[in-house]
Order: sequence, then structure tokens, then C-alpha cells
Amino acid sequence: MIYQGKQKIWSDYQKEIPDDHYFYVRSCIRQNLFPASEKTFLDITRNKLGKDFFETEHHTTCGGIAYHCDTIPQETSMTIIARQFALMQKYGYENYVCSCITSFGLYTETLETWREFPELEARIKENLWKTCKLEFAKPKYLAHASDIIYKYRNLIAAQAKYKLINRHTGKPLRVVEHIGCHYGKMFPSKSVGGAEYPYVLAGMIEAWGGEVIDYPERRHCCGYGFRQYHIRSNRGYSLANTYKKFESMEPYKPDMIITNCPGCPYFLDRWQYVISEMEGKTYGENGHGIPVFTYEEVAGLVMGYNPWDLGLQMHQIGPEPVLDKIGIPYDPQAKYLL
Amino acid sequence: MKNIVVIGGGPAGLEASAQLHRLGYNVILVEKSPQLGGHLAKWDRLFPSGIPAKDVLEKMVSQINGVKYFLEANVQSINLLHKSYNVILNNGITVLADAVLFTTGFDLFPAQKKEEYGYGIYEKVITNADLENWFKTKKDNRVTENPKRIGFVHCVGSRDEKAGNRYCSKVCCATAVKQACEIKQEFPDVEVFCFYMDLRMFGRGYEDMYLSAQKDYGVRFIRGRVSEVAENINKELIVKAEDTLSGKPIKVTLDLLVLMSGMQNCSEGTKVAHQLGIANAGNDGFFETKDAIYSQQHSTREGIFFAGACTGPKTLPDSLSEARAAAIEIHNYVKGIR
Repeated sequence: MIYQGKQKIWSDYQKEIPDDHYFYVRSCIRQNLFPASEKTFLDITRNKLGKDFFETEHHTTCGGIAYHCDTIPQETSMTIIARQFALMQKYGYENYVCSCITSFGLYTETLETWREFPELEARIKENLWKTCKLEFAKPKYLAHASDIIYKYRNLIAAQAKYKLINRHTGKPLRVVEHIGCHYGKMFPSKSVGGAEYPYVLAGMIEAWGGEVIDYPERRHCCGYGFRQYHIRSNRGYSLANTYKKFESMEPYKPDMIITNCPGCPYFLDRWQYVISEMEGKTYGENGHGIPVFTYEEVAGLVMGYNPWDLGLQMHQIGPEPVLDKIGIPYDPQAKYLL
Repeated sequence: MKNIVVIGGGPAGLEASAQLHRLGYNVILVEKSPQLGGHLAKWDRLFPSGIPAKDVLEKMVSQINGVKYFLEANVQSINLLHKSYNVILNNGITVLADAVLFTTGFDLFPAQKKEEYGYGIYEKVITNADLENWFKTKKDNRVTENPKRIGFVHCVGSRDEKAGNRYCSKVCCATAVKQACEIKQEFPDVEVFCFYMDLRMFGRGYEDMYLSAQKDYGVRFIRGRVSEVAENINKELIVKAEDTLSGKPIKVTLDLLVLMSGMQNCSEGTKVAHQLGIANAGNDGFFETKDAIYSQQHSTREGIFFAGACTGPKTLPDSLSEARAAAIEIHNYVKGIR
């Protein structure tokens, strides 16, 4: 791999990310699967970095799961999104940031569709008025929450207590970065780094001391893929995708995986257990799996948060091997004491 | 004696200069690079019969005795003074030309723009021009001894709306078949795959070359596009494609992947044409001729003529024929023959 070639592409896909003042919307499923990630995001941005990130309990799902499972039409999801934008406007914000990758993809798709077909935007305005008596303005800027942490990666590094370095060997941890499909594959210009070689997570890993692994199935879906999993008869396909990725990354001996999507960390984490049960095979060291993290969890770890406050006890694959390599202290007895 | 300026010292420029000189004109040939010959000077052998490019070029250069030519020269400015064009070169030479012929040729499509193929990212991904250079010099570390499998991707930057080029580059299919046969001559045991959309073997002898590639060399032609290229831990290339004839996705491990970069209008030539207001006419980026059937060598401006690939992708014989036609058209124009 020629690193300078990637740098050239990364330089072509940089976007100006506003520094402050965001309207933040949560993901429907992340709050259940990785409940501390969004809390950590808000704590880092607001309390550690002193930025303005506003959220309201009145926002809803974006409708992305239903849209991608073909159970609601596009106009319905667009009207839901229009209502979110109306809330942003109501609270006086122009920059919109969402926690979920599928939301980011759907918001981007909606804004681009409205740009191409203004008559559709007019119809959605009418729908929103009829259903909610609300009016909306489109955000001046749309970001995914990983864009924000990427933007602040050096500020986080400046406050970091730990680096992604193996304290026993002194070498950088070998990190697999997995980007949610809806982040840049549909609209590469809206991502950091483009669709083929995204930089949003790689930039964090580099800033925090780790080494990025480029393996053959890096671009492949985690296995979630909506209809692959939500339709029960397709679940074998979901598992096969995940299996393919782990077989591909295995020779590189990764220490950890970092993701920026709601579904990816869940499926990369949980399916490792299923593969272990079905095939008797694990991909980490000493019969262990490869720990999978969200980017907020990794930011929290390098900044010195207590691993159990980050919700790492919710993972199927225990994070302890990574904590031990970095040298992050933890109390095993407190793991399940919330 | 009447002055004719020819811009571009590739095959069309050389041939037109020689013809115009024989017709008794004072020809000034302007070439931007340090040598004459354009892309032909970098090529090893020519399809369909494998004639050495060097022999053809030597013959062309031998025909331009008496033609004044300037290497590493660019047109700084060009403007109409009554019925003549005042052409100022970057070397301080000024010519009052009775006619100007654009033989500015083409640029190869920059293969790194097709990010999914990994040119400039993965070491073993090269272009048709890189391979031709290797045939000529045998100097390129990316082409290793005794490769097991080599792939060719047709239509890189051609017939590709996403790349901005909807047109067919015309010569890539025949070049790929030629190079596939030549690589088999170099490495008889190598397996060769050609990934194509359609094979456009339109010229005399081309179909025979294609048949020979299959029967005599065992080249495997796969009708389908490559979707992505990645690198494994041994630095081999993992190539995913679709075989549309069998209706199945395929994945192959290759030691070398050759991208058949297509043609696009020469950027330097376009800059000069901008000064005359003749650059923006064609949607495909190539110069627009006065009409598409009868006046192919005429531009839309009096006294400005075209020959070769600046008006669209062409084979070498086509470019030479156009150069001869342009010489006659210029002669008629200068003599006032309609």
C-alpha cells in the first residue's frame, strides 16, 4: 500500500466542518446497544471541549430502518426528517449532527433529492404542515457525529491520558477501522476521505497513536445490511458477511476494531460469539475475540474515562485485552456494578 | 513563403508537417515535451501486427527534414491579426501564421480517478502506458518475474458517466488484447484475464488478433466490470468483478492489474484553444469540428484546423489519414480554393 496515494485521495475529500453550535440527534438503536457512547459524545464535546451541542427529547427516529427495509415510502421518511429540521430551527440552530450513520445517509439523500427535485421538497413542506402544523428550514451544515470527533481529534489527543500503543512492546496498536456503508458510499463528497479509502476513523486512530490496517474486505458490509438481518431467513447471509470480514482481517492480527455505525459494532461484536460457537474459531489472541469499539468509546478510553462508565461491559467481546495493552486501569469486580 | 504553425509534435503533427512542407509551406512545429512523437515515442509495439513503434516514429521523423520545430515550447498567446494569426511561443519566437493546425492529441485518463481500482494506492496496479513502458525498457519493479495471474481492465475512464467520459476511447480494446498476448509471450505460464464490457474490435485484423488471444494464448475474457481492488498481506491483488455471462460474482487473486486508461482531450491544447474560443464546443471535451461528416479538419474559425485525437479518440492510422487530409485542406484554404 502506498500511503502517499491515500493521502492524495484524502486531500480530495476534505470537508469544512463547523467548529461549534450543533443540534444533536440520537440514534434509535445505539441507545440500547451502546448506551454510553452518545452520553460520552456529549460529555466530551460539552464538558471537556466546551462546545455547544444541544439536544431535545422531542426528536424521533429518522425512519431509516423502516425506509431501508422497504416498509415505509420515501415521502414518509422525508416528512419525519422535515420535522427534525423544524425542531432544529425552533431551537435556533443551523448545524445538524446525527449520531447514526444511516440517519446521516438518509438526511444526505433527502437533501440531495430536494436539491434535484424542489417540487418534492415543496410537497414535504405541505405534508409537515398538514400533519404537525410545523415549518422547517434545511440545515446549513449536516455532519455525522464521527465527523465531529474527527474534527476534534487533535484536541482530544491533547487532553489524552493514554495512547493507542501497546505498553509492552512500545508499538502502535493495530486497528481495523470499519465505516458504516451509509456514511460515504452513496455520497462520497459528503464524507471525510471519500468512499473507497475513508479517513474519518483512520484520522482518529493516527491522531491517538494507533496503526490502521488495510485488509482486503475492508470495504465489505459488517453483515447487518438491514434486510440481511431483519428478514429472519436472511440471517445466515448476515453472519456469512461478518465471517468473510474476520477471515480477511485475521492474518493482520488486529488488536481492536473501531466503527462509526450503530449496526456495525453490534454485529462485528456479537457474531464473533456465534462464529466461535459454530466454528470453534476466535480471531483475537489466546482464544479471545477481537474487541470492537465505537469511536466515542475509544475517544473516552484515551481521555481516561472509566471503561465501565463507557459501557464496555455491554460488549460481547470483553475489552480487557486492549485495556491491558494500553495500560488503562479497571476494576474487574466493578464491571457489572452499575 | 506562407507560414503554417502546427501545434503538437505527435504522429498527426509530424505527418501533417511533412506533407505541408512538401507542398511548399514554411512549417513551424511546436512541441511541449523534450522529444517528438507524443505517446508513440513511449509505446513499444503497435496493434494489430506488432510493428515496433520506434520504426514507425523514425520513419515519420525522417520525413520532416526542413521543418522548423521547437521542443519544450508552448504557445503563450495566439490572436487574429487581419487574416493571419500572431502566435507567440514561450521561447520568445513570434510567428505570423497564415493557418494554424491543432494536432495536440490526447491525455491518458488519470487512472487514479477510478479510486476503486487502487492506482497509486496498490503497488501492483499499473496502466496500459506503464506496461508499454515495461515492454520497451524492462524497467519497472511492479512487474515481477514469473507472475501467476495478470488482469486487464478495459474501459478505464471510457464509457463511464461517473468518470465524466461517456464516449468509447476506441483503441483500448485492441491495446488490451495486444498487451495480453505480449504478456503471454513474456510469461507463457501466466494466466491472463481481460475484464471487458464489449470488445470493440472494429479494425482490419483486430478480430483475428482477438481470436488468436483466445486460441493461441489462452487469454480468458470475462464480460463484466471490476467492482473493487484490494491488497492482501502478501501484496497480491484481490480483484472482485461480475461475470455477466455466467451471472456470478467472481474474485481472483492477481500479481498485476493493468488498467486500460482511455483518452481525453489534451489539457495543454485545450488551454491554447480557449484563447481562440474553440475549446468548449464539445460535450465530451474534444474540439468541435465545423461539421461531423464533411469538414472534419476545419474548426469553427477561419484558418484554424484540426487533425488527430484532439477531435476524439482515434487509432494511429486514422490520425495519420486526418493529418494528410488537414494538409490538403490547409493548402486549399491558403490558395483560396473552395
